[in-house]
Amino acid sequence: MSNLAITPSTAPRAQTREGYWHHLRYIMAENPLTGISFGLFFGLIAVAIFGPYLVPFDPVATGVGPALQPPGVSHWFGTDHLGRDVFSRVVVATRLDLLISVSAVTLSFVFGSIIGCFAGYFGGWTDRISGRLMDTIMAFPLFVLAMGIVAAAGNSIENIVYATAIINLPFYARMARAEVSIRRNAGFVQAARLSGNSELRVLFGHIFPNTLPPMMVQISLNMGWAILNAAGLSFIGLGVQPPMPEWGILVAEGANFIISGEWWLVVFPGMALMLAVFTFNLIGDGLRDLVDPQRRT
Amino acid sequence: MTPPLLDIQRLSVDFATRRGTVRAIDSISLSVAKGETLGIVGESGSGKSVTSYAVMNILDRAGKIAGGKISYGGMSMHKISERDMRDIRGREISMIFQNPRAALNPIRKVGQQIADVLVQHNQATRATGRAKAIEMLLAVKIKDAEKRYEAYPFELSGGMCQRVVIAMALACKPQLLIADEPTTGLDVTTQKAVMDLITELTAKFNMSTILITHDLGLAAAYCDRLLVMEKGHVVEQNTSEALFNSPQKAYTKQLLNATPHRDSYVRDLLTPEQQAQALALPASTEPGAALLSVKSLKKEFGKPGSGHHHVAVRDLSFDIRKGESLGLVGESGCGKSTTSSMIMRLLDTTEGSIEFLGQDIAAIPAKQFARHALRGKLQMVFQDPTDSLNPRWSAERSIVDPLLRLSPDMPAADRQARVLELASLVGLPVELLNRFPHQLSGGQKARVGIARAVAMEPELLILDEPTAALDVSVQAVVLNLLEDLKHRLGMSYLFISHDLNVVRLLCDRIIVMQHGEIVEQGHAHEIMDTPKTDYTRSLLAAIPHPPAADASITGNTELQDGAL
Repeated sequence: MSNLAITPSTAPRAQTREGYWHHLRYIMAENPLTGISFGLFFGLIAVAIFGPYLVPFDPVATGVGPALQPPGVSHWFGTDHLGRDVFSRVVVATRLDLLISVSAVTLSFVFGSIIGCFAGYFGGWTDRISGRLMDTIMAFPLFVLAMGIVAAAGNSIENIVYATAIINLPFYARMARAEVSIRRNAGFVQAARLSGNSELRVLFGHIFPNTLPPMMVQISLNMGWAILNAAGLSFIGLGVQPPMPEWGILVAEGANFIISGEWWLVVFPGMALMLAVFTFNLIGDGLRDLVDPQRRT
Repeated sequence: MTPPLLDIQRLSVDFATRRGTVRAIDSISLSVAKGETLGIVGESGSGKSVTSYAVMNILDRAGKIAGGKISYGGMSMHKISERDMRDIRGREISMIFQNPRAALNPIRKVGQQIADVLVQHNQATRATGRAKAIEMLLAVKIKDAEKRYEAYPFELSGGMCQRVVIAMALACKPQLLIADEPTTGLDVTTQKAVMDLITELTAKFNMSTILITHDLGLAAAYCDRLLVMEKGHVVEQNTSEALFNSPQKAYTKQLLNATPHRDSYVRDLLTPEQQAQALALPASTEPGAALLSVKSLKKEFGKPGSGHHHVAVRDLSFDIRKGESLGLVGESGCGKSTTSSMIMRLLDTTEGSIEFLGQDIAAIPAKQFARHALRGKLQMVFQDPTDSLNPRWSAERSIVDPLLRLSPDMPAADRQARVLELASLVGLPVELLNRFPHQLSGGQKARVGIARAVAMEPELLILDEPTAALDVSVQAVVLNLLEDLKHRLGMSYLFISHDLNVVRLLCDRIIVMQHGEIVEQGHAHEIMDTPKTDYTRSLLAAIPHPPAADASITGNTELQDGAL
């Protein structure tokens, strides 16, 4: 018996890890869009991490070139009215925008899931109170609510994150509630109770991980919205303050120059914004396939 | 001779999967004559359903017909366009599916759904649809057809839903009816009613029927001719009588053998090779002192007087003694699952006491029982092995869970050894321990469920229809495993089922329940041979009786008795 004890735990484990890469490759190959979206996603991450060290000019330094110069060899995306390099500003802004959206989505995912799990599992008053709370949030036009929160709590980047998290909370809470409540009395949940799991462990150890595949889709779509939302807030002058580069601010500043024909000020940050949202929207299905054990044959 | 209604020649179907192309059915030929009832029998994965999907041209995207011909009334089905096929489905060939509730649209009145079929095939207009639909509801013997027309599927029982599905399938008087496991998941008495209805109606309209089932007994009782399939091949075909009484192929014999009938012993279900390996069962031991004692147990749902008030279990008292197996039999809704949940302490009782190992566990709220010292002594094997395993956990993780929670002080190495010991105890190959539930077969999942249940060496194990979702040959093995484990670990069983033939294989004593009360109780052979109540008699009568099977089977057991 004892010599048997060692064999199964080591060999097949290594196999599963290898299987995981195999699985990732399979998911990529099966749907080319997934492959593309993963590529774009890692590209974005790389830009966010390394971008600031690689850009040709200091993004906040004025007068690195003549003002309002169209795209060219020395300034790929042109320069703005203060002579700042648009390319450097767009690249450096990636980190801030991703940081805002990732932290906002993480916050709303964590708290939304907790609220939703309790509501779906325990039902009754927990469900009613949290449900009405979420309905109240959703009753407001979400962007206006975010504006209100930032305006009331103070104009800072943290508050943008909190505001974005709050307006996204109901989506996670509702989804977690639905996914938990359909599994509340599943056979494996009953079995977990028989195995001596406490109610909380049944909920977070057994049921919640099974709700992850649909949550992943929600997360990735939400990342896109969160970026748009953050950009939208800074576009109207809330949150991130100039001269800090951020896509929403870049678009806002450039908007003044569209009429006079300096299109590059708006188009390049706009494109970056679009690309990021597009990537997150595309990556959802791939992420779901990746976390769904059923797909790992 | 007139040409057959449906003629399939050398049909092959391929499925494209992640690991290349899989041939689901390989060059099978069959034919159905007008007015004939053909039974296709096989275990899961034999390709019996795929055959019917190929006929109806409803294979899913990955599947495609790789070769062969299907002709229906002289037409080549595989050449017909989807538009014409839509006309044929329902009007010429109809299909009844396994889960009637899933086959009905939940938000549309059942009567309207029947009328829709008629209108779709120009058999009725919107104006006449209602009358014709009610006519069909009457034909499938639904009482109060006028009123039931307005019912939604959730308001009807499973048997009623299946009747509605049959009414839909037969509304346009098709020539051929394909019934794919039409009674799986229904009670025996409902199964009998539904099958009798199908037989009666198809005879009345002179229709041909293909009955697809895993239950050889059912197929033999209702079909003229049987076709046995295994792994995409036709193993044997013959008239029901001949196939049942003198099977030619080993697979057919094994299948016949594994189907429990009135006189078989649990070991008889195994193949001769498996029997040779099986342990000798000890002579029946005298059960010891009472292990579990249930006294006037009662469960009410909802507040009395409110619209939702419902008494699921009323005044139930029984004992289970140490080393005894007690069978709890009844149709769905009789309160047997409620009873098991209460004993298992997953559900609070309304009244009454449950004394287990000298302690009244009914007094402990279900929510707190998870941490109770007796939790490990009271375990359960669930009905659906797929549903009862966490889809994200490997087999090993599932088995180790009770050890982690209920004996947290156990060293990791001991735990590892215990998992291996449990795996070998239930006959689960060690290399499968790292697999996820969807990578295991039904029988393997059942073994994982059993290993998890016996991990804490329980005194009482509740078996809630542990083999209902399994193929007969797997059922045979699992039942034998349970019998072995009972003797090896000295457990007592409470076996819950609606199938008396299965229950009596493992149980010494049987309790028959109806409407939350005990109707009859006694020794297994008393209940089976001399039932005292009409209800028990009706349960026994509903078990399908294959043609002239009893004589041959008795002969069979005599032979085996002689051999022993």
